Amino acid sequence: MTGNMHLGVEEPIRECQYNQICTHNSSTMDTPHTKKKKIKRKWQVFPGRNKFYCNGRIMMAKQTGVFYLTVVLILVTSGLFFAFDCPFLASNLTPAIPAIGGVLFIFVMGMLLRASFSDPGVLPRATPEEAADIERQIDTANGPSGPGYRPPPRTREVLINGQTVKLKYCFTCKIFRPPRASHCSLCDNCVERFDHHCPWVGNCVGRRNYRFFYLFILSLSLLTIFIFAFVITHVILRSNRTGFLSALKDSPASVLEVVVCFFSIWSIVGLSGFHTYLISSNQTTNEDIKGSWSSKRGKGNYNPYSYGNLITNCCAALCGPLPPSLIDRRGFVQPDTPQPVAQTNGTGACPSNQVQSHMT
Amino acid sequence: MSSAPRTATERTKLPYCHESFHNLQELRHSASLANKVFIQRDYTDGTVCKFQTKFPSELDSRIERTLFEDTVKTLNNYYAEAEKIGGQSYLEGCLACLTVYLIFLCIETRYEKVLKKISRYIQEQNEKVYAPRGLLITDPIERGMRVIEISVYEDRGSSASSSGSSTTSSSGR
Repeated sequence: MTGNMHLGVEEPIRECQYNQICTHNSSTMDTPHTKKKKIKRKWQVFPGRNKFYCNGRIMMAKQTGVFYLTVVLILVTSGLFFAFDCPFLASNLTPAIPAIGGVLFIFVMGMLLRASFSDPGVLPRATPEEAADIERQIDTANGPSGPGYRPPPRTREVLINGQTVKLKYCFTCKIFRPPRASHCSLCDNCVERFDHHCPWVGNCVGRRNYRFFYLFILSLSLLTIFIFAFVITHVILRSNRTGFLSALKDSPASVLEVVVCFFSIWSIVGLSGFHTYLISSNQTTNEDIKGSWSSKRGKGNYNPYSYGNLITNCCAALCGPLPPSLIDRRGFVQPDTPQPVAQTNGTGACPSNQVQSHMT
Repeated sequence: MSSAPRTATERTKLPYCHESFHNLQELRHSASLANKVFIQRDYTDGTVCKFQTKFPSELDSRIERTLFEDTVKTLNNYYAEAEKIGGQSYLEGCLACLTVYLIFLCIETRYEKVLKKISRYIQEQNEKVYAPRGLLITDPIERGMRVIEISVYEDRGSSASSSGSSTTSSSGR
């Protein structure tokens, strides 16, 4: 999550800039609302296809139906486990079982919500001046083209650790994508270190929330295996006393739990294993699927981002520094910021018109 | 457009921020914006945040090459410090994981701390080096860490230069 969970102390600084009056002690939160007509927060004018909740604190993809399904499945299965199986297990085996189960459950839900609600590493779109600057650079590189002629795909080549990497130009965001970034068509955003768009989590998985996603599927595998094992244990212990069929009758929820867990284990444990492999080789799902660093592409083809060491790769992915959100969802839109509208005044002069009109 | 560090001063109010900001505000309103120069990212070291130190030709007459390169190199060092993977980042990561990342509600991450330092540095550079030369650096965080945006201003006659000198008098030039 970004630091936006903290109090919005940034508002008085913006207020200072706009009014040209430095009120050192203006710390009231409602000055923007009383002095100006209608100041929007940046999430309200965000160009991508995302949904925002809690005044910009929570960010998700447009389609969230499957996410609610995930939450319901986890809550119901765990709830049934704690309600029906744990009393028996706690009294007959050890109370550590519900305790460990509880810790796992909290961890799973925490990681799921963190992965779902945070900004995956969305790159903000280029400002008009930046876009114009890049266009100029591309035009000088490609040479003049006739009217109505679409220039060839725009790419730049960079040498990273001895490997040539192509940077592609994103026509939607008007930027050259950094290495490992990709444009998500569902969310209509460029995302840094784009892994994949996960409907179960209801969000893209990228640089900022990959570790939450990985910890979520890892802990969910453990929780599923845990519940599965102890429900089976419960049923067996009961059967020893009262017979199999009456055991099932006494604890019908166990059947449902076993079925859900059985089918989940294959997919979730498999996915965890796959992502463990990806982390240890420092690849993204996107790169793996395209075979970007596979040796089949060429003899000298290797992954330039890998640290070479399995442990370092894992540590870097899970314990590396958490970068901040680049889109500043809860910030206020500055009225004199050039909006992404086509300006025809020529190079560099367009924003000055706005500044001058603001001055007079 | 603005160059002042806003996102960095989220939690603490820097004591000198308001005053110097006021003076830079004057610069922006007394001079007219001529051009914007963009310093792009340098990806030769991978996805680490690093900017190109190549001196843009548009700034040739405005600022000395060494000053510009110093600024960019210092910024690159700051970003490298923020993204460094070492003992401290591991400790922070493990502690955060154990607390289900709730600890970041109370403390700020190392990256955020370094971003604040960067903000202060850019503010200081703007006051001391760039504003007297009619230039203004925008904090890269406000451009999604894609570019360092340098706004080039043209002085609007003697009145502008006198207000320009008043903005620089506080920095003791």
